[in-house]
Amino acid sequence: MTVPLIDIAGLEVGFTSRDGVTLPILRGVDLRLEPGETLGLVGESGSGKSTLALAALGHLRQGLRVLAGQVRFRGQDVFALPPHRLSALRGGSLALIPQNAGQALTPTMRIGAQVAEALRLHATCAPADIPGRVVQLLARVRLPTPEAIARRFPHELSGGQQQRVAIAMALAGEPAALLLDEPTTGLDVTTQAHILELLRALAAESGTTMLYVSHDLGAVARVCDRIAVMYAGEVVQEGPATHLLRTPRHPYARALLAAIPRIAEARIPAALEGRPPMPGATGPGCAFAPRCTLAAPVCQTHRPAPAATEDGTVRCHRASETAQPLPEAQPLAATAPGEAVLSVQDLAVSYASPGPLAQLVGRPAGGVAQVADIRLEVHAGETLALVGESGSGKSSILKAIAGLLPPAAGRISLPSGPLAAAVDHRRPDEVRRIQLVFQNPDESLNPHHTIADILAQPLRLYHRLAGPALRARAAALLEEVRLGAHHLDRLPAQLSGGEKQRVAIARALAAEPALLLCDEPTSALDVSVQAAVLALLARLRRERGIAILFVAHDLAVVRAIADRVAVLYQGRLCEIGPAEAVYRRAAHPYTEALLGAVLEPEPGWQPRLLGHDMVERGPPARGCPFQNRCHRHLGPVCNEQAPPAHELPGGHVVRCHIPPA
Amino acid sequence: MKALLRRPSGAIGLVLVAVHVAIAVTAPWIVPHDARAISAALMFSPPDAAHWLGTDHLGRDILTRTMLGGRQALLVTAIATPLAVAWGGMLGMYLGLAGGQRDDVAMRLVDALLSLPWILKMLLMIVTFGAAPQVLVPVLAFFYGVPVIRIARAATQGVVARDYVLAARARGHGRFSIILREVLPNVRDALMVEGAMRWSWMLLAFSSLSFLGFGVAPPTPDWGLMIADSRSFLAIAPWAALAPVAALSSLIIGINLTADALAKALGLDRAHSAPQ
Repeated sequence: MTVPLIDIAGLEVGFTSRDGVTLPILRGVDLRLEPGETLGLVGESGSGKSTLALAALGHLRQGLRVLAGQVRFRGQDVFALPPHRLSALRGGSLALIPQNAGQALTPTMRIGAQVAEALRLHATCAPADIPGRVVQLLARVRLPTPEAIARRFPHELSGGQQQRVAIAMALAGEPAALLLDEPTTGLDVTTQAHILELLRALAAESGTTMLYVSHDLGAVARVCDRIAVMYAGEVVQEGPATHLLRTPRHPYARALLAAIPRIAEARIPAALEGRPPMPGATGPGCAFAPRCTLAAPVCQTHRPAPAATEDGTVRCHRASETAQPLPEAQPLAATAPGEAVLSVQDLAVSYASPGPLAQLVGRPAGGVAQVADIRLEVHAGETLALVGESGSGKSSILKAIAGLLPPAAGRISLPSGPLAAAVDHRRPDEVRRIQLVFQNPDESLNPHHTIADILAQPLRLYHRLAGPALRARAAALLEEVRLGAHHLDRLPAQLSGGEKQRVAIARALAAEPALLLCDEPTSALDVSVQAAVLALLARLRRERGIAILFVAHDLAVVRAIADRVAVLYQGRLCEIGPAEAVYRRAAHPYTEALLGAVLEPEPGWQPRLLGHDMVERGPPARGCPFQNRCHRHLGPVCNEQAPPAHELPGGHVVRCHIPPA
Repeated sequence: MKALLRRPSGAIGLVLVAVHVAIAVTAPWIVPHDARAISAALMFSPPDAAHWLGTDHLGRDILTRTMLGGRQALLVTAIATPLAVAWGGMLGMYLGLAGGQRDDVAMRLVDALLSLPWILKMLLMIVTFGAAPQVLVPVLAFFYGVPVIRIARAATQGVVARDYVLAARARGHGRFSIILREVLPNVRDALMVEGAMRWSWMLLAFSSLSFLGFGVAPPTPDWGLMIADSRSFLAIAPWAALAPVAALSSLIIGINLTADALAKALGLDRAHSAPQ
């Protein structure tokens, strides 16, 4: 057998807490990376996957130190290397591609100059050859017109293009291995799919070894040959991607896979209860035992050792008993939609504010509105999802409905009548009926308030409750979201991400709303927790008849929960209709592109890439909003005329020049 | 508070401030001599057993006068500081939340006020209204509240974009309720530190006014006045100037150390706090 490129043996990394206790972050990690291999490192936040990836580079975050074990790169212990050898290794033989490449690029330097700098530092190429090599590298990451890109500044590129430049810079030193830390997180689905295809192609072309860190099993499934699942600083299962995805042996890997919503059917995935232990909070037994459905007495007392099986290694006492199908997902119960609780007519939102002169003359702002011609209705007891990539205007529509962003045109009305544009001018009862749930509960819950204070605010404001009655109602609300009264006196920081989001939902419920506006309510959460929040929303819709307007970019999540779907591009509606119809027979080219880019954690899953990822600077003044990226572009008619609305049975409306089949 | 005392600078600062306040409160009953007793025989006598810190050009006991000399300054500034932080803080939070034209106009006014040298503003007020404590308190509170507006506004702007403020607005809470419930808890720490800093600057301003002859009127003992009086005799009786200088500086150092430790304990001073 050859010498592995990276050999991590018995690695323990930890830090010393204020009380002088040593707390481990990584616990006995063994991992080998052979040349030319692509290994995916997956796990929830806090599982230690990023720490492990950085340790492979010989880097530890401040305060961390190696407690035991070693990391060998081509047989050399990287932590024993002197600083100058280590920095030659990084960037030269090992290159890191971070999550936010846009922030890693210097904003005041042209792309070409930045790539040239990487070449000068790490490559042995003559100064005269550098300009040529820059263009070569940019072409290698499939950037169109590399000569033109080299002359641009980072802000002139899209997020996907910036990420490609980061990859080009990492390739400058012809590294033996690439370390990718969540390289596509934060990118749009279609862009992500394109970047992953590029990485696959690079690995196939030049045999570059890759260590790919991600929380997204779908992305990992697409790129990696082998997968290692991490939990509480341990690798709990490691093996070939096909086996691990099809028959996961470790209960945690099974639960993680089961928690991922799938695009094929409207089902709420099975949630994984509990949360991962804090560093140092693991007992003598298996770290996963408290959340494991298969836990036996031995799991509480003895830490399982990694055991080799025919397909990789598993750290579980009961691995032999777990080769069963995954837990079933719950089908989404259909509800009969009631009356319309909200109707939006010809809504438009514009961020351009008129200049001082135009203000004097009283002329409206020029330019094209960011959001225009939005027409939709939400009915009691139904979930309408707004889907689209960043810049599609989905959050702006939500804010306009909530009265936080005055629309440039259009009418938003409740059954009781039209609503004022600004929330300050709406009647208290109108405000009460529409409640918001934000994306990130860390942002939407004031860190200085206890949970009781947070829930008390709407209860006092809308229901004039006080004293014991208020506390009893707050406790009842927590019950409703499956939390207990013992949470009342805690601060948000003492809760997990999923618990915080449930508090945010309880706060919205306190108003007894008719409509819940959810702005990406699960995208800041781990998959295991996401499933529980989706189940909660589905239950509220069913039991209380609440209407939900659900904004998301993740099509699998939308599939799990939505009755109807509205697809948005550049602030314009492309397609709206029953979820079943939209997912089965996507009629609009953009819906097709979005659905094609979805990655499922299935071995051999092939995304269908249509069109290309490119920068859109804003909606075009005329014609179809999707004209620049459309793969079924008809010709001048698409650029000149606004697409007509075709009505299909079941309230399915498609706005496209191509008549739906 | 515990976190404050655990830091050496916080402990030293707090002790200094506490000793000064204790002396100022109890001074009338514990001073060894009459602060106003003039004696030609005792003129410029160096420190000895009867007069621990010596006497000044009128033969008055320096220790007595130093102990009493901070009372006016501490009283006036102790009332003016909370007033300054309160009005500056409230207005700053309001402007940070309201934004728009109101904010623009108010902040240009703040810039204009801050661009004038403080001594000019103070003298103008004193010439117009006199230098009695009931004038100095509102005047100091007004001028020293102006920079607080900036701090509170900046801290508020960091919070208004947060979703919890947006959530409160979406629920239909009023501006005042949002300031009190959502903004204040996040701005409070910055205001506390700012208040401590303002206090030390106010003390310095008050003593400077006395030094220039615009503050406390003789023969009332006051540090600024004492420094001014003994300045001409520095060569023959340095102790007369040294005692009030030491008293004033130790109080100001004490307040600054406390403010510094407070900022670190509250995590406002990111540059020095350990990474998470």
